[in-house]
Amino acid sequence: MAQLLGELCEKIRSKNAGPYWITIDIFCGDTERYNTVVKALNDEQIAQCLQLPAAELRRFDMPELYAIKISFARPIVQGSAGDRDMHGAQYAVLIEELELV
Amino acid sequence: MTTNVLVPSGVLGLGFSELALQKALQLKPDIICIDGGSTDSGPAYLGTGTTKYSRAVCKAEWKLLMQARQSLGIPLVISSCGTSGTDSMVDWMLEITREIALELDQHPNVVSLYSEQQPSLVQQALNTQTLFGLEPQVSISETIIQECSHIVALAGREQIMEALNMGADIVLVGRATDTAALCALPIANGEHEAAAWHGAKIAECGAFCTTNPSSGVVMLSVDTQGFTIQAIADDAFCTPHSVSAHMLYENANPHQLVEPGGTLNAANATYTAIDKQTVRVEGSSWTTAQQYTVKLEGARSRGFQTTILALIRDPHYVKNVHQWVERLQAFLVDQLQARLDIAPDQYTLEFRIIGSNATFGALETKTEGASEVGVLGIVTSTTQALADDIMRFANPFVLHYPLTDDEPMPSFAFPYSPAETSRGETFEFCLNHVMVIDEPMQVFRLKQEAL
Repeated sequence: MAQLLGELCEKIRSKNAGPYWITIDIFCGDTERYNTVVKALNDEQIAQCLQLPAAELRRFDMPELYAIKISFARPIVQGSAGDRDMHGAQYAVLIEELELV
Repeated sequence: MTTNVLVPSGVLGLGFSELALQKALQLKPDIICIDGGSTDSGPAYLGTGTTKYSRAVCKAEWKLLMQARQSLGIPLVISSCGTSGTDSMVDWMLEITREIALELDQHPNVVSLYSEQQPSLVQQALNTQTLFGLEPQVSISETIIQECSHIVALAGREQIMEALNMGADIVLVGRATDTAALCALPIANGEHEAAAWHGAKIAECGAFCTTNPSSGVVMLSVDTQGFTIQAIADDAFCTPHSVSAHMLYENANPHQLVEPGGTLNAANATYTAIDKQTVRVEGSSWTTAQQYTVKLEGARSRGFQTTILALIRDPHYVKNVHQWVERLQAFLVDQLQARLDIAPDQYTLEFRIIGSNATFGALETKTEGASEVGVLGIVTSTTQALADDIMRFANPFVLHYPLTDDEPMPSFAFPYSPAETSRGETFEFCLNHVMVIDEPMQVFRLKQEAL
């Protein structure tokens, strides 16, 4: 069975970055896991799980922190009609459950 | 020289270690700064101009900070008073401050800095093309601006320094950027400008940049070369990783921070451990903007809400709950029109299935079923009376509506009575813009009061 990203990484969190953005931080924990994740995790896979065009993702690979950051404009502005997650904090779970290929 | 900024906690109302606060006071802070707000809990607080945190908790914590301030004779600053930083919430903090001053027999010089904006001024900025949209661009119009119940501008370090320069013992700031209060004094003292902003970003959530966030207290020391950040509680530690990782927190771009007057670039910063509790940071840079801008936040009403919650354990209904909700919704829309003459454009009605996909909606990937589900109904309409009446109409059907015409009438579980809950007015954020101003105090106001 393929490994889940959340099982491999030290910590994955998501949060609002102001009312119009959500940002997801993937802390891999060390260089080895960082190198594995950076290679295996592609933008298409993340975009598909968020149901967004890959071009709308802003990705920052940060080897010095063994971290990958993904930011995207909120599909629904924080707290507006239809928003399900005021703090955007549960998006991390979708990323944790991605299978590494 | 060095300027020491004591940050007791990420926000007033969240709690901090009193022991750590006492310990930090021994380290000769030059100023105590705490945040009082954020947009993070949603638009209702700005829309209504009310607090997210308990008044009693805020008062108890503010009292400790007023005592700390008095003991050293240094200034105390709270920015983004009362969650949203509206004028009403600056006055709310002023009232709390007056009460405590009376209780403690203190007589501080209190300066209030107001940052609320009239819609007409924002409209004028739109007309004169001094209002610029940020990414992502959101639509703006005269109607949207006029519909805002509150608009605030985020103060920068300059406005807070103006207040401090009035000889303030205590400064109560309306909405400000998270960093502005922390870097105001260091920059005025001639410390490294980029280091002051960078350190302010690291320290703005208190001990979130340490290994023990709930301890609250950190000390930011800015000098002419860089800054150090120190965890204060005995069981809290700062590491280069815990400190540098905080640049990522609630920040879409981990290297940059756009502030009134310029932009911080921290991409080339170096983080070095001094000891287990202290990290030294140098190497960030600051680019002064050609125009001075302040960011605006606005909230406007989007009607009134009423909710209902039904709990379903009947396995037949749990298994078919999506189909049931779809059928119930179609029936209610039809009947509201037919029997009450309430057209679909007068309300929105939404059901979320807790135990299935209430959190993620269409993004949910798990399909295996739970043993029970909650069905949360949300109606939004133009008045509370209409929203309530629509939900009262829906109530018996949420309780009893059958999955198909051929089966007996079910009854689900309502967890409380009345089943429907009036949620009051609902709001949305509606500005993602900066406004160009000629000089920093142009759209901010100061008021002084000796208690």
